[in-house]
Amino acid sequence: MTVQDDSHAAAVAERTEKRWATISVIVIVALVLLATFAGLHQATMPQGRVETIDPTRLHLAGEFVESNLGTATEPDGSVTVRAIGQQYSFTPACILVPAQTPIMLRATSADVIHGILIQGTNVNTMLVPGYVSEQFMRFEKTGEHLMPCQEFCSFGHEGMWGKVKVIDKAEFAARAKNGGRLSCVGE
Amino acid sequence: MLVNRKLILAHFWFAFAVFGLALCLGAWQMFVRSPLYTWISNPEWYYRSLTAHGTVMGYVFPTLVAMGFGYAITESALQQRLVGVRWAWAGFWLIVIGAIMAMVPVALGRASVLYTFYPPLIGSPFYYIGVVLVVVGSWIWVALMSVNLRVWRRAHPGEPVPLAMFANVAGSYLWAWTAVGAALELLLQIIPVALGLKTTIDAGLARVFFSWTLHAIVYFWLIPSYIAYYVIVPRAIGGRLYSDTMARLAFILFLVVAMPIGIHHTFADPEVGAGFKFIHSAFTALVAVPTLLTVFTICASVEIAARLRGGRGALGWIRALPWQNPIMLAVAFSFVMLGFGGAGGLINMSYQLDTTIHNTQWITGHFHLIFGGAIVIMYFAIAYDLWPHLTGRALPNLALVRTQLWLWFIGMIVTTFPWHWVGILGMPRRMAYYDYSNPAIAPEALSVSLSAVGALILLASGLLFLFILIRSHAQGATEAGAYRFSMPVHPVRSVPLALNSFAIWVALMIGLTVTNYGYPILTLATRHDTSVPAVYVGAH
Repeated sequence: MTVQDDSHAAAVAERTEKRWATISVIVIVALVLLATFAGLHQATMPQGRVETIDPTRLHLAGEFVESNLGTATEPDGSVTVRAIGQQYSFTPACILVPAQTPIMLRATSADVIHGILIQGTNVNTMLVPGYVSEQFMRFEKTGEHLMPCQEFCSFGHEGMWGKVKVIDKAEFAARAKNGGRLSCVGE
Repeated sequence: MLVNRKLILAHFWFAFAVFGLALCLGAWQMFVRSPLYTWISNPEWYYRSLTAHGTVMGYVFPTLVAMGFGYAITESALQQRLVGVRWAWAGFWLIVIGAIMAMVPVALGRASVLYTFYPPLIGSPFYYIGVVLVVVGSWIWVALMSVNLRVWRRAHPGEPVPLAMFANVAGSYLWAWTAVGAALELLLQIIPVALGLKTTIDAGLARVFFSWTLHAIVYFWLIPSYIAYYVIVPRAIGGRLYSDTMARLAFILFLVVAMPIGIHHTFADPEVGAGFKFIHSAFTALVAVPTLLTVFTICASVEIAARLRGGRGALGWIRALPWQNPIMLAVAFSFVMLGFGGAGGLINMSYQLDTTIHNTQWITGHFHLIFGGAIVIMYFAIAYDLWPHLTGRALPNLALVRTQLWLWFIGMIVTTFPWHWVGILGMPRRMAYYDYSNPAIAPEALSVSLSAVGALILLASGLLFLFILIRSHAQGATEAGAYRFSMPVHPVRSVPLALNSFAIWVALMIGLTVTNYGYPILTLATRHDTSVPAVYVGAH
């Protein structure tokens, strides 16, 4: 490092630095654009609006009464799953869904904070008491997935595991023919 | 000019003592949840331990390191005695009392709510009040940093604030403001319920408040390490700092953009709408910029050291670096871990990728690699660098120091890489126990066992670290000389006002917090239908 002209050296140092700073900013902007594009193009955005619900009255009336929990087929052929988490289980503990069908998951908590994570997929949402969580899902293949609670909900958290069973579309349609709410509890 | 050595040593020793205890708990947790432990386990004990580990490692240990290092910087960079020594001791004792007050109910099983609180779960009020005392103690330090800088400025009008102090004060302001989120959650929401004055709480609002603290707190933990990169590393390895200006810019960027991004912790939450999640995601991307700038400046500074030592070639200079020097080793390990951890962070930041790994073991692996790895290894470096100046005694054995750093690096990689992997497989976090006999979980058994082995390596390294520090007190006296910081290549004669003061940046930090948090907080706080009954934990 023989520096004859200090001001020249300082200018070189500054130029190199500026170049690096520009590259850094470009990388970050590109990442944000990428995420924005993926979010809009592939519709992978978080739930759009905030919806509230009284957790102390879930069992009395409304969408999350026990008889309405499970998988329902809507008139337009789409499927809605309604579930609740409570210390320390999900209801229904085994969720039955058809393959290759757009499905809406609507879920909430009856007591503390829980989370739903379906292994082998990117279905992953928090359940916060007082609020309704909503997430679109679509399963391409039939099979079973574990569905652990992914958030600490007190001492029994480690035992809070549910299941998701994906069955053939036609088989699901046959079982759903009589209406009602489907689940795979006890199967 | 380190005058108040006892004060600084008290901070470091209490920090490292509680770190040692929390490290033992962490290693025990890794063991009992792995397939290596086959006896009956008690989840209740696991969550006591997890709460203690998180509270100590998150609130007590890094805060004390930042404070002790901050006092050392004040005296050595400003070349003036610390103003407000009594206040500094008061802050220290508040933290000691707060930490003990918080840990007693945790040990008794009355506050197993984890360090992230998770209302509507509610534990003993003493736990929360203890945490508040810790924060209040640290706020005294923030005030002292500001006062000491003001005293120095009055004596040195117009002079550039030494980089170490500039960065230190930036870190203290960041902490003061970011702690406000959790403080609001504790004081307005949780403590009234814990005391029995209220029985309901808005869990969603609490999560938003906590996210205000939860992200920038990581940058508060990180700032002592970044200060060490800039002001210790180049001096310790015989180089020069490439750019003083860029360093100031990096710390200013941390101050401004580390704060208004915390809602990325609630990507999967129902209480915040998509719009603010997107805004926070984009701001989170920005916070990578100061780190990228730092990587450049430090690599360039290290290259200067290598070339001064006769290093040649495009990459050949790396061989000329003083690899026997523990600080060189620490910064290299830190950068490797920062690289992997940072790449993981970019994944967490983008909503689409985050859904795959949210609340899985990936996240645990991620922040252990960043905090426990990249940051804490620099805490070790800071301690090793400062110790002879604080004790007046040399470190016992540099080979032992190098072994300790190697073990920490290896241990951290062995622990966190398998952790990331099982996270991708969907293994949830914060579980006391896994049923490895379940065919769907069995493939994770080997990875979890590996992580447990890594934890034991970390435990060995941590204990070795404490051993080295204790031993050094018994070494023969040595004259360590004045404690100095690195010099920039081009001497700093004057600095633009914007890079020499904080008013505008603090205003920007607060302004961005208001724009990015104001609406989500106000809409939730003004609703009456979101409060839910508290769920009390532990024996009452």
